[in-house]
Amino acid sequence: MLRIVMNALRTGVVTTRYPAEPSVPPDRFRGAPVLRPGSHLPPPAVCPTGAITERTDEDGRHVALDLARCVFCGRCAEDPWADAVTMGRDFELAARRREDLRLEVIADDPTPRPGAGQAALSMTPAADRDAEAARASSEIRRVLGRSLHLRHLDAGSCNACDWELTALLNPVYDIRRLGIDFVASPRHADGVIVTGPVTRNLETAVRRTFDAVPDPRVVIAVGACAASGGIVGEGYASAGGVDRVLPVDVYIPGCPPRPEAIIFGILVAVGRLDARRAR
Amino acid sequence: MALATVVATDEEATDGDLKVRYVFEPTSAGTPDRFVTLLVSVDPTRPEVPSLTATVPAANWHEREMQDLFGIVPVGHPDPRTLVVHDGWPRGVFPLRKAFDGSQHVPIEPAVEFPHLVAEGEGVFEIPVGPIHAGIIEPGHFRFTSVGETVLHLDARLFYTHRGLEKRIEGLSPLDAFHVAERICGVCSVAHGLGYCEALEQIAGVEVPARARLVRSIALELERLYNHVGDIGNICAGASFHYGAATGMRIKERLQQLNEQVAGHRFLRDLLVPGGVRLDLSGTLLAVIATSLQETRAALDGLMGRIEANPSIVDRLDDTGILSNQAAVDLAVAGVAARASGVDRDARRDHPHAAFAGAGPRDLRVATASEGDVMARMTIRALEARESIRLVGELVRRLEPGRLQAEIPEPVPGGRIGIAAIESPRGEAVHWLRLDADGRVERYHLRSPSYHNWPAVALAAETAIVPDFPLVNKSFELCYSCTDR
Repeated sequence: MLRIVMNALRTGVVTTRYPAEPSVPPDRFRGAPVLRPGSHLPPPAVCPTGAITERTDEDGRHVALDLARCVFCGRCAEDPWADAVTMGRDFELAARRREDLRLEVIADDPTPRPGAGQAALSMTPAADRDAEAARASSEIRRVLGRSLHLRHLDAGSCNACDWELTALLNPVYDIRRLGIDFVASPRHADGVIVTGPVTRNLETAVRRTFDAVPDPRVVIAVGACAASGGIVGEGYASAGGVDRVLPVDVYIPGCPPRPEAIIFGILVAVGRLDARRAR
Repeated sequence: MALATVVATDEEATDGDLKVRYVFEPTSAGTPDRFVTLLVSVDPTRPEVPSLTATVPAANWHEREMQDLFGIVPVGHPDPRTLVVHDGWPRGVFPLRKAFDGSQHVPIEPAVEFPHLVAEGEGVFEIPVGPIHAGIIEPGHFRFTSVGETVLHLDARLFYTHRGLEKRIEGLSPLDAFHVAERICGVCSVAHGLGYCEALEQIAGVEVPARARLVRSIALELERLYNHVGDIGNICAGASFHYGAATGMRIKERLQQLNEQVAGHRFLRDLLVPGGVRLDLSGTLLAVIATSLQETRAALDGLMGRIEANPSIVDRLDDTGILSNQAAVDLAVAGVAARASGVDRDARRDHPHAAFAGAGPRDLRVATASEGDVMARMTIRALEARESIRLVGELVRRLEPGRLQAEIPEPVPGGRIGIAAIESPRGEAVHWLRLDADGRVERYHLRSPSYHNWPAVALAAETAIVPDFPLVNKSFELCYSCTDR
């Protein structure tokens, strides 16, 4: 026992200060792809999950990237497209609306067009993202001097997102310090945090668990599969994303999202919980 | 010989039949790296094969799976209940037949309750658990039959996370298919990515450069290491030893942060690619790996010392959840669970892959135990984690400058079969791949170690009491996602 106490004292505090202090991912980390307007943007076929789409109108070829589908593999940023796409560093990508996760640029037009193209250049929801993060942290203090309790729901994930949720409980992320915790019963929860694309064999369980959560409740979709179907897509055994079955409040892109990205998403959701309560 | 995998294929368009391949492998240590395939042609108008389950117990789930997905009936099977498809799946619809369009949604039909196998009698209770568990765990349904605290029988129903990935992968280009194979399971990403790559490279006749092989093996050992250390922590959690649980989680987190530095990804995804690897390991990164592993070694030794010095924990682990050697052999159990029950098998030695088939170390130390209890499984993990740390050092020392990727021909020739067996953190995974004439995936099948080990968990649980089930389960630490696919 004494040795355990001594060892704990020697180890000291290992807990991160995120989100009070920013988290800087390592050099090789692949965050949100940045599309540069130019003529060498990759064709849709390069993406293994179909996150890249294109259409042509009088302005030229529009190439769009859906961050909800993206698995951040980096294939679109390899030769011969390395000049057109780079894997960015941004991982704080959670959005309340699916369409906010769509980036679009015009391939053949080097001058960005006002509107869609411009927004894409500055990475879509980014306009109010910093303000949003600040607001979310104050929200959690204000609204949830009480705490946010979430029920995890595995809707057919590959377990990577699940393990990252488990990591939130480890001494390094210790999400309980933010007043957030995972609970065993949906009846004790303020919402569900869902991983996986919703398999046919789990659809009933997913609906029943959600129904058991008292209103108002949030639904957070974690990872590419939950946000869009991801690498699994849609088929005989997969619904192709949580929003096919439940009303999703926040989408957290990633395959899987790193723990800080999930913390960010949960904080975004907290602001939303207040809005739904007021309604 | 032991059953390695069973692969059914629909070859009606080319050969006018369905085929079932029973793939066997030698079981004794040190036997040559080979597979023996028993090929059975099945008439599509009368799709039946005699069931092998009574003589080869490991064939049980394989036969039920091909009945569900191909409509091939194992005649005489002792337990022909559905396995992969659940309540409400229409009769006579077989998703892995070529005529079935995998992108469709199949209507849910009214269904009767699944016939769980239960015992009856005075004082006998039934305890249903799952599929949604009280924690952050993958989904499965466990039906315990107990008398008091003693487990009489455990009926585990899985395949809740069946995503239809083997159908999804059909028709994809070999590169696109790699991304799906790598994402079948989170914590086996390197192992499954590697197995797919080796099967493909076998078909294409591609020789992977020596440096790429070494980097692949380093990744495979890093994956084993963070899994094993995390599992030891989880076993502590199962025994309510919170200091051990927190320490295990902390070391695992440090290792996953190392992964993110090495590959840009905490689960080492997208480091591998068919033909080789995408990222090199530079001098600075190698130094970071060396330092981290040195720290891990010290922290792991400290943790194991605390566990072994704590009689109340040791008492929970000793003689709990025993898997007999005979059961492990009969069920073709893989990995840590097999070695803890005295089965001396390790695919790194028995089916050499990555650097073990190239310039890698030849002196792999395979640890075994005879007790087959939770303690044995934990001890084997600790030994293997230390061995992984040693191996990474060995592998790094052997790195010579060289190419990282070999060219995969376009298209890859069809018709040929690739089989690769990889020692994942949970044990031997067997990958079976064949491409069509256009060089696209015709059939891919993964037999994960968890697939063979799940029935063993049920057997081990029957030697324990209900409150010890989480502990027994965590000592096996199986994946649902790579079982269900």
